[in-house]
Amino acid sequence: MNPKRKQRLMVVLFLLAGAGATVALTLLALNENLNLFYPPDQIVSGEAPTQTRIRAGGMVMAGSVARQANGLDVSFVLTDYEGSDFEVRYSGILPDLFREGQGILVQGQLGSDGVFKADEVLAKHDENYMPPELADMHRPAAPGGDAE
Amino acid sequence: MSRASLFIPISVFALIIGVGWIGFSLNDPHELPSALLGKPFPDFEAPRLHEPDQRVSRDDLLGEPVLVNVWATWCPTCAAEHDELLRIRDETGLRIVGVNYKDDAAKARRWLEAYGNPYDLIIQDPDGSLGVELGVYGAPESFLLDRAGTIVYKRVGDINPRIWRDELRPALMQVMDG
Amino acid sequence: MIPELGQVSLALAFCLALGITFFGLAGAALRRPVWLGALNSLVIGQFVFMALAFLALTQAFLTDDFSVAYVANNSNSLLPWYYKFSAVWGAHEGSFLLWVLIMAGWTLAVAVRGRHLPGDFLGRVLGVMGLLNIGFLAFLIWTSNPFERLVPMTPADGADLNPLLQDFGLIVHPPMLYMGYVGFSVAFAFAVAALLSGRLDATWARWSRPWSNVAWAFLTLGIGLGSWWAYYELGWGGWWFWDPVENASFMPWLAGTALIHSLAVTEKRGTFKSWTLLLAITTFSLSLLGAFIVRSGVLTSVHAFAVDPTRGLFILAFLVLVVGGSLLLYGLRATTMRSRVGYTLFSREAFLLVNNILLVVAMAVVLLGTLYPLAYEAATGGDKVSIGPPYFNRLFVPLMLLLSVALGLAPLVQWKRTRSDRLRRDLRWMVPGALAAGVGVPLVVSGAVPWQAAAAFGLAVWVLLAHAADLVRRARPGLRRVPLAYWGMSLAHVGFAVTLIGVSMTSVLSVEEDLRMSPGQTSELGYLSVRFDGVSNRQGPNFVAQRGDFLITEGNRQYRLYPEKRRYLARGNVMTEAAISPGLMRDVYMSLGEPLDNGDWAVRMQLKPYVRWIWLGSLIMALGGALAVLDARYRRLRQRFAAPAGAAPAPELSGTPLPGEAR
Repeated sequence: MNPKRKQRLMVVLFLLAGAGATVALTLLALNENLNLFYPPDQIVSGEAPTQTRIRAGGMVMAGSVARQANGLDVSFVLTDYEGSDFEVRYSGILPDLFREGQGILVQGQLGSDGVFKADEVLAKHDENYMPPELADMHRPAAPGGDAE
Repeated sequence: MSRASLFIPISVFALIIGVGWIGFSLNDPHELPSALLGKPFPDFEAPRLHEPDQRVSRDDLLGEPVLVNVWATWCPTCAAEHDELLRIRDETGLRIVGVNYKDDAAKARRWLEAYGNPYDLIIQDPDGSLGVELGVYGAPESFLLDRAGTIVYKRVGDINPRIWRDELRPALMQVMDG
Repeated sequence: MIPELGQVSLALAFCLALGITFFGLAGAALRRPVWLGALNSLVIGQFVFMALAFLALTQAFLTDDFSVAYVANNSNSLLPWYYKFSAVWGAHEGSFLLWVLIMAGWTLAVAVRGRHLPGDFLGRVLGVMGLLNIGFLAFLIWTSNPFERLVPMTPADGADLNPLLQDFGLIVHPPMLYMGYVGFSVAFAFAVAALLSGRLDATWARWSRPWSNVAWAFLTLGIGLGSWWAYYELGWGGWWFWDPVENASFMPWLAGTALIHSLAVTEKRGTFKSWTLLLAITTFSLSLLGAFIVRSGVLTSVHAFAVDPTRGLFILAFLVLVVGGSLLLYGLRATTMRSRVGYTLFSREAFLLVNNILLVVAMAVVLLGTLYPLAYEAATGGDKVSIGPPYFNRLFVPLMLLLSVALGLAPLVQWKRTRSDRLRRDLRWMVPGALAAGVGVPLVVSGAVPWQAAAAFGLAVWVLLAHAADLVRRARPGLRRVPLAYWGMSLAHVGFAVTLIGVSMTSVLSVEEDLRMSPGQTSELGYLSVRFDGVSNRQGPNFVAQRGDFLITEGNRQYRLYPEKRRYLARGNVMTEAAISPGLMRDVYMSLGEPLDNGDWAVRMQLKPYVRWIWLGSLIMALGGALAVLDARYRRLRQRFAAPAGAAPAPELSGTPLPGEAR
């Protein structure tokens, strides 16, 4: 092989290796940071996985918000008003639009005890309206819709 | 490089558009409140909630100003606005028509017994088809119609005393005058 | 009456856009100089009528004409006049009016500055831009009319502008961003015109280079402003969220950055020709995709406009026509010919290729992360999924580090090949210099050496040293001989290094505490101490606020910060108004969370070192882009082409004579 060809081969090999590594890393990163959404009934029924980062949502049940006397620990119950509710624990500042009766999303891990440990609480910017992710929850079996 | 490779970009684009299209059709975002303003309330035919064998149509909404309220038992904000609807009906006599949206009829009837019924007439819309016509994406939503059945005001979200005072009542006054 | 005049102006502008498209494209195809000659007045007319329409809407805002629905929804009689003015582009309809106005402005600029271009080529460029404007205007007139009246139900007062938008940053951010987005339509039009006319040599690249640089500078500024706004206005100290709308502006930027580099290679060396065409098309397509994402509501986002399915459908159809059409044209007309000019691994061509690959991969990463939730939903029939910021960060950090390594070598290598002894001489002092800076600076600043900080500082200094070394070499014949375009390039690269430092240092060294504080309580924040002196009430012009009072002790300096929790009266929404003590080396950022029992408050305090460098860097980058365009050689170039227009190379632009073009 003449040196010119050899160099070209090296470049091609290098590019292939680079492309392979990029694709592999991308897929890995994508997989690890994929947060699936689960409505309350799936959380309660145990369909949602534990020990992995997921998203959940529901309405904050009236009277369920309890702040600890010290620190910023807070717990509240999310419900779909159809009999499925679960407890969420969070430590930190709640968003401006967080209030009882409001639909919110939480991100974090579901413990094996059924308590959701949130590291992020998101409230939508529209006060009297439900986030689409939650609105979907009530669609009675839309064609190909959510697993009920 | 072969000639065919020049068509790789357009293939990638077609793929992206395909995905975008499916995602778009799944997401049907709610319409702007203004989209239906000034348009006639759509034609429809549907059963009544309490007397399912009776059918109602657009004609049943004509003759006097009417507030069409889209609600459901699964919707917490609907419960929140319920007292205000009762108050409006009692204090002003405004005719309120309910559209029971994507709901279970039996559940809805029980719910009304428990909380009171502000509606003069309730339309059943179990599969949300009237909702689609109205561009409803969630509940509650409300439409004020004039005597001729034209939508003059639309509210996405709850009816509360502030909305009544600042928006709904002024709109109603206009309808009465005009 | 005036809103109706605005409406009529829009219709007239639409007719003129039809004329521009017809006379431009048909005139060039059928060789009718008279048709082409009519273009100038049509383009001027289009701009004038768009300006009239814009003024009509502005007038409606300034005079509180709430019979116009858009004004009623986005203004209020209590709003100060400057926010009434910026509210013109505060929501969907008006901002798109601004978009079209800017489009008409760019078209006018091309018509005026492009007189030296061959008539048929200019005709095609203007025709393509006219075609785009037909689509934009149709969208505006039929789906998003800003002049729609609320008659007879005229409200007494408006619903007010969203308080988040009542802010200086929002006055300037959208115009800058749109100047960038729409500006890339010029490069797009040049590329399509080149494909249409078969003029696929390097000349189109030379002509469209300054335009791409200007658009890029505006986009850079626009993104920087957006990030700065999010930082101080959203109230919690984040400056980039990998939100779909942010990504929508970032993807064209990445592709556009690749484009301006690839244009340089195509212009000066005649290589990468098809690739550059593709990048020009891609960059503008991503701008359109961004518009689709923002205005259709397919992806939920904090700054998405109110959505309407017909609008999304319209943009999607337009996207398919424009992008699909141009890519089809590319497939049919672009050449696969390889240029005969070779280059080695250590050549400027190779490094610009690396730049392009890294930027395009970065763009693909962002695109994938942005669209993946949609794809997932489509594939599973409706399951919702979200992609967390760690995905983007994990992939972006190594890509940008690699890019910085290459950026430090790029000025040292020459076109075609580099003498290895010279390269070795440079590296002999640059490598130790960068290493010393990487370890030394973080050690002095923070007493520790986290690897990210070391890498950031080391690479930033690496980039700076390389450009300094090259500048010294170039300035040997005299500093005045260094061309402005070279200063621009160096400045933009320095800006990149500054942003790199800002991003990494803020990410690594920031201190953030969420805690519960009682009045009188003191707490530590890094090297600061913070005392909470309680909360008092305050009445603003259109809001009521609870105002926190914090005493900060920083070394032997003491000052107070007053973050607020505001409730805006018109819409009743609550907002967190942070208090910031800004500084070149650090920001102190206080925000008030929520009230707890017995006068306690949840408080977030943050110490953010170097955060200003992020925006300072983007400002420097934009300045560099602008400087490059002012280079006198582009002006001389226009004169050269004014005479017999053709594909003659311009030797004074390339330094070395232009290579033979592809066969």
